[in-house]
Amino acid sequence: MKLAGPEAAGIHARAAVPAAAGRAGVGVSVEVHDVTVAYGRKPVLWDVDLVLPEGRLVAIVGPNGAGKSTLLKAILGLVPLASGRVTIFGEPLRRVRREIGYVPQRETVDWDFPIDALGVVLMGRYGRLGWIRRPGRADREAARECLRQVGMEDFAGRQISQLSGGQQQRVFLARALAQDARLYFMDEPFAGVDAATETAIVEVLRRMREAGRTVVAVHHDLQTVPEYFDHVVLLNMRLVASGPVEATFTRENLQRAYGGRLTLLDEAAEAIRRGGGGA
Amino acid sequence: MSWHTIGGYEVRADDLWTVATAAACSVSCGLVGCFLVLRRLSLLGDAISHAILPGLAIAFMVSGSRSPGPMLVGAMAVGVLTALLSSGLSRWGRVPADSSMGVVFTTLFAVGVILISFAARDVDLDPGCVLYGSVEMTPLDLVPVLGVEMPRALAFLGVVLLVNTAAVVVFYKELKIVCFDPYLATTMGISAAAVHYGLMTLVAATSVASFESVGSILVVAMLVAPGATAHLLTDRLSRMLWIAAGVAALAAVVGYAMAVALDTSVAGMIATVALGQFVLAALASPGQGIIAKQVRRLGLAARICREDALGILFRCQENAGGGLSAREFRSRVGGGGALGRAVVRWMRWVGLVEAGARGEVRLTSRGLEESSRVVRGHRLWESYLASRAGVDPSRVHEPAHRAEHYLSDSMRDRLQDEVKERSDPHGREIP
Repeated sequence: MKLAGPEAAGIHARAAVPAAAGRAGVGVSVEVHDVTVAYGRKPVLWDVDLVLPEGRLVAIVGPNGAGKSTLLKAILGLVPLASGRVTIFGEPLRRVRREIGYVPQRETVDWDFPIDALGVVLMGRYGRLGWIRRPGRADREAARECLRQVGMEDFAGRQISQLSGGQQQRVFLARALAQDARLYFMDEPFAGVDAATETAIVEVLRRMREAGRTVVAVHHDLQTVPEYFDHVVLLNMRLVASGPVEATFTRENLQRAYGGRLTLLDEAAEAIRRGGGGA
Repeated sequence: MSWHTIGGYEVRADDLWTVATAAACSVSCGLVGCFLVLRRLSLLGDAISHAILPGLAIAFMVSGSRSPGPMLVGAMAVGVLTALLSSGLSRWGRVPADSSMGVVFTTLFAVGVILISFAARDVDLDPGCVLYGSVEMTPLDLVPVLGVEMPRALAFLGVVLLVNTAAVVVFYKELKIVCFDPYLATTMGISAAAVHYGLMTLVAATSVASFESVGSILVVAMLVAPGATAHLLTDRLSRMLWIAAGVAALAAVVGYAMAVALDTSVAGMIATVALGQFVLAALASPGQGIIAKQVRRLGLAARICREDALGILFRCQENAGGGLSAREFRSRVGGGGALGRAVVRWMRWVGLVEAGARGEVRLTSRGLEESSRVVRGHRLWESYLASRAGVDPSRVHEPAHRAEHYLSDSMRDRLQDEVKERSDPHGREIP
C-alpha cells in the first residue's frame, strides 16, 4: 500500500495551543480531575487524576477489567461520572465536540447494517454538519479521500459485512480521518486485525502526530507499546502511572498495574527489550 | 353508494377507503419499523403498542371523550414512559434488557385492562376492539377534508403518515448514525438518547392513531415485518425504506382483497400477508435468501465434483496412458451418488470427456487442458507445503486436495515462482 504524506492525507498541520501549557513546553490535551465511575454499586474507575500531552500518541494499557474503555467513555461523556471533572484543551467537553474524533470498539456496531464503506466514512462528517443538514458533494469527496488514505478506495461501495476484520477497522480509521479532529480517542484500534492493517494503522497514527494531532488509544499488546506510542497510561481501576514511555513503561510499573498477572511471556519480552538496548 | 372500475373490476368506494386507511397505517408503521429492526428493538414496538392502553384509558377518564386529541397525548406519554422505564430498569435494576421490557409492558398492559374495565362501566370502550380493530367500519365515520368526505381514521392516519415521512426525511442522517453507532453520534453532539426517544414517540403516536381503526395486531406486525423483509432484500438504508413502504402498501391491498374473498378479519389477513412476504424474502432474496445460498452451495459442490473427476482421469491417463472404464469412472465420481452421475453426464455433454475406442472414458483435448490446471494447482500446493511451510511430505495430499479447488490462475503462477521444483514431493511432474 502506498501512503502519502500528511498534506496529501488531508491532515493539515495545526498550531499547538500554547495557552494551557503543561510540562516541558508541551500543550495539554486532556485533564482528568479525581474522576470516579461506577456501574451500579461497583466502582470501575477510582479517583483518577491525569494530564495528557498534546501532539503525542498515548496508549492506555492495563489488565482486563481495568477500566480502560470506561476511562475513554468517561472523558467523552458517554458514561456518567460519580465524581470529578474532565476538561479538554482547557474547556468542558460540550465546547470542544468538533475537535474530538472517536473510534469505538469494532464489536460495538452492527456490521449487517445496510450501509457501504463510503457511507460509514461519510458519518465522520456528520458532527460538523450539525442537525438536519445533509452531507454534500464536498463531504463525499473528503470521505473518498479518507478511504484512499487507508488503502480502501476500491471497497467504497462494498457492504460493510463483506469486509474482513482488518478492512472494517481501516474503514473506522478512515471515518476518524473524516472527522478531521484535533484529538482522537480510539478503543482497541489494533484488536483482531491482520499484520498489514496493523502497519497501515500505525502509519496513519504517525501521520496524525506529524500534523500535530493527539491520539489516545486503548491498547492491549504490551510488546508494541514502546514501538508505537510516545506516552503511556497504566491503569488498574486506579491510575498506576502516566508519563513518557521511556520513563514510565518499566517493569515495576507494569508489575504494579498487572499484579501477579503479568505473564512470563511479557516478562521475557521485557527482558529481551532491555537486554537488546530497546527497540 | 358509488362505484369505480379498476382493471375491469367494479370496486366500491368503501373498499377504496378501507384499503387506503389500512395502507396509510401499514406504510406509517413500516417506515418507523425499519429503524426498530435496525436497532434490534422490534419488540419495543410490540411493547409500546400494548403499553399505551393505560394511557388511552386515563386520557379517556380525564377528558371523558374518545376524541383523538387527548387519546394521542395520553398514549404518547405512556409510550415514551415505556421506553424510559424499560431502559431504566435494565440499567439500574441490573435486569437483562429483554426481561425489563417484558415486565414493563405486561404490567402497563394489565393496568390498562383494569382501567378500561372501570371506564367501560359507563360507556363503551371495548378492549377487544383495541386488539383487533375494525378497519371494515372506517367508511361509516366520515369527515370532510378539503371538500372530500373521507373516513375520520384515514384523515388521522394520513397525518401520521405525513409526520412519519417528514421525520424520516428530515432526520435521515441522525436516525442513520444513531442506529449504526450511537456512541459516535453522542460524541458528535447528535444525542442518541434524544433521537431514540423521538423515535419512540413516533412509534407511540403511530400505534395510537392506528388502534381505533386497525387494531394493535396489525400495528405490531407492520412495525416488524416490512422492515425485516426490506432488510433481507437490500443493503442500503435508503432503498430499505422505499422497499419497506412498498411492501407494506402491497400487503394492505393484497390482504384486504384476500380478506374480502375469504370473508375474514381484514387486519389479521393484512398481517398474515406481511409475514408471508417476509417468508418469501427469506427464501428467495438474491443475496441472503435460503434458495440462493443452496444454489451457490450446490454449484460449489458440482464444481468440486467435476474437478475431482478431471483429476482422477488425468492421473489415470498419466500412469497407464489409457482411460478408465465407464463403469469405474461413474462409481468413483462423487462416490457414485446422484450429484456424481449428473456431473459425469454433464461433462460428456459439454465435451470434457469422450468415449475411447474400447468404450473407456478419456479426456478430450479441452478436458486435458482443464484437468492439468487442477492437477497443477494440487501439486504446486503440495510442493509449497513441503518445501516452504515445512509440512511432512506424507501429509500434504489432504490439504492440497482441498486447496486445489480454490486456487486462482494468478495464485498458481505465484506458487510456481515460489516453488522452484518441477515435480511434487511424491516425484510426479507438475503439469
